[in-house]
Amino acid sequence: MTFLNYLLSGISLGSIYAIIALGYTMVYGIAKMLNFAHGDVIMVGAYICFFAVSRYHMPPVVGVLAAMAVCTVLGIVVERLAYKPLRAAPSLAVLITAIGVSYFLQNGAQLLWTPNPKVFSSVVGTGRLALFGGQLTVSYVTITTIASCIVIMIALTLFTGRTKMGKAMRACSEDKGAAQLMGINVNSTISVTFAIGSALAAVAGVLLCSAYPTLVPTTGSMPGIKAFTAAVFGGIGSIPGAFVGGLLLGVIEIFAKAYISTQLSDAVVFAVLIVVLLVKPAGLLGKKVSEKV
Amino acid sequence: MKHTAKKMLSFVIVLTLVVSLCSVFALADEGDAFKIGGTGPLTGGAAIYGLAAERGAQIAVDEINAEGGIQFELKYEDDTHDAEKAVNAYNALKDWGMQLSLGSVTSAPANATSAENFNDRIFALTPSASAPTVIDGKDNVFQMCFLDYPTQGGASAQYISSMGLAEKVGIIWKNDEDYSTGLRNSFVDTAAELGLEIVAETTFAAGNDTDFSVQLTEMQNAGADLVFLPMYYQPASLILSQAAAMGYAPKWFGVDGMDGILTMEGFDPAMAEGVMLLTPFNADSDDPATKAFVEKYQELYDETPNQFAADAYDCIYAYKQALEAAGATPDMTNEELNDLMIEQFTTMTFDGLTGTGMTWDASGAVSKGAHGCVIENGVYVGLD
Repeated sequence: MTFLNYLLSGISLGSIYAIIALGYTMVYGIAKMLNFAHGDVIMVGAYICFFAVSRYHMPPVVGVLAAMAVCTVLGIVVERLAYKPLRAAPSLAVLITAIGVSYFLQNGAQLLWTPNPKVFSSVVGTGRLALFGGQLTVSYVTITTIASCIVIMIALTLFTGRTKMGKAMRACSEDKGAAQLMGINVNSTISVTFAIGSALAAVAGVLLCSAYPTLVPTTGSMPGIKAFTAAVFGGIGSIPGAFVGGLLLGVIEIFAKAYISTQLSDAVVFAVLIVVLLVKPAGLLGKKVSEKV
Repeated sequence: MKHTAKKMLSFVIVLTLVVSLCSVFALADEGDAFKIGGTGPLTGGAAIYGLAAERGAQIAVDEINAEGGIQFELKYEDDTHDAEKAVNAYNALKDWGMQLSLGSVTSAPANATSAENFNDRIFALTPSASAPTVIDGKDNVFQMCFLDYPTQGGASAQYISSMGLAEKVGIIWKNDEDYSTGLRNSFVDTAAELGLEIVAETTFAAGNDTDFSVQLTEMQNAGADLVFLPMYYQPASLILSQAAAMGYAPKWFGVDGMDGILTMEGFDPAMAEGVMLLTPFNADSDDPATKAFVEKYQELYDETPNQFAADAYDCIYAYKQALEAAGATPDMTNEELNDLMIEQFTTMTFDGLTGTGMTWDASGAVSKGAHGCVIENGVYVGLD
């Protein structure tokens, strides 16, 4: 039973990584850039929801929608101001800009909302589902997170596969120059990508803080890095890969803590990552793309 | 046209630089106040402690300056709870002309800056850096807070054992933090001496401090009926809420860093019901000095001061007492002040918000009593 309990803990932690990783992988897959500010957009989303629900006593649904709206706008603004002027620059410059944006958001949040931790009240309640006569429990947050992951995953796959905008996105990701020649507006396509990625970040932020309720301006940074790891683990750019990678990362982390050492758990997680990348350099579900010369 | 704009811009920049330089000189010219400098995390994840210390010290400075006797000038530099940045912040304060130091607020940066204090012969009284390494081997670095070892961790074990609070004790500690490690070590040593049984020990580290299901399951499986939490209140609040969700309800025993848990916005005080801790400062105390300080702090910053603010407030008043007793004047060099302060602090007795009859030994450690407190209905209640 203890084993199953640990497994469930791992899945609940992993589902949080997965939902963050979906946003990471979506932006990377289309815009081919690592948006290191993703974790901080998550934090902003959580704050917006916190203020809506705890300060202004709005229903949780309104809080989530408000967080999504604010994050979408934030994502578009950040993309316009910080990333668009660097469209032609080397990807390293964009990466460093993203790190800058990340610090900007963290410090901005600290100025606006003070560094004092706030306690987020879960949007889905703190109840737990008891299985096998209460020997195993799963929190509603975990169930909601996994359900949200699956819905988002299916929606994203359909969106990129079936719609015109999705087709434009895939075209941009393959070859921006050629896409432009075919009449696709590359800039607005990438803006839409960021808008979607940031809205997903808002959902992730709300669920992250529902599961682990302490909210500070640095709340998003470590889960952001772990989720990035999960996205690479599953194969960055692959939507199902992010889900699988996130879940596995969570389970490995909890098992490492439980059966190896609470001190070494991160080391174990990253050691597994290294081994996986040595065997499958593109990640678990990543496709190896050979460059045509 | 573009050219002129550029010229204008550079002119403006030069002008601002000149003006800012002038203002630096203007400050340096005052010369009739003691310059006290300190570093602390004013931004970043630990900012709550640095800001509290800065504000507490500032309130004391303003009160003392308003009295018209001894005058202080206080400057805090940001170290973001990072040892390397703390040394830069310290150097900036030295350039500013710091004569007396408040060291650093947190332990890791304080380890770095206290070595500088020692080398530069600038006397330091840290409000809250409690690791033993901060004062170890440095004759001019003193602490206002408890020393982790042996005072607080050991006192907690002693308290648990003498009150018969628990048979089986579990510990969850943060292994990458000097503060937590120091407390845990002293607790374990004293527990061994007293025959207090420690049945489970688990740890966590920065970046791994959100999910505590494994640590709590281990405590539960080992049958710990009291869990000692030597850590700051932020991870502690997560531990309490996750334990409540699991339905695990041992007795909780915290440390002074737990102070602040009740002031977190949105925190449900029921989570912390029954948490015990040893603390030198109690914001709900009836002591008139504490009441006045808490009111002033609430008025200025809209929140209840924690122990860090009270410690920093006490530091400034301790300096005032020592400087007056020594007959020191602001035109003295830091070396002269350093020798006077060492002499004063090792001989004087000080009454402050965080304790009465405080004395310091030559190592720089303070001796003051700790009160057992328990959280009941969202307020601290004295246990003794």
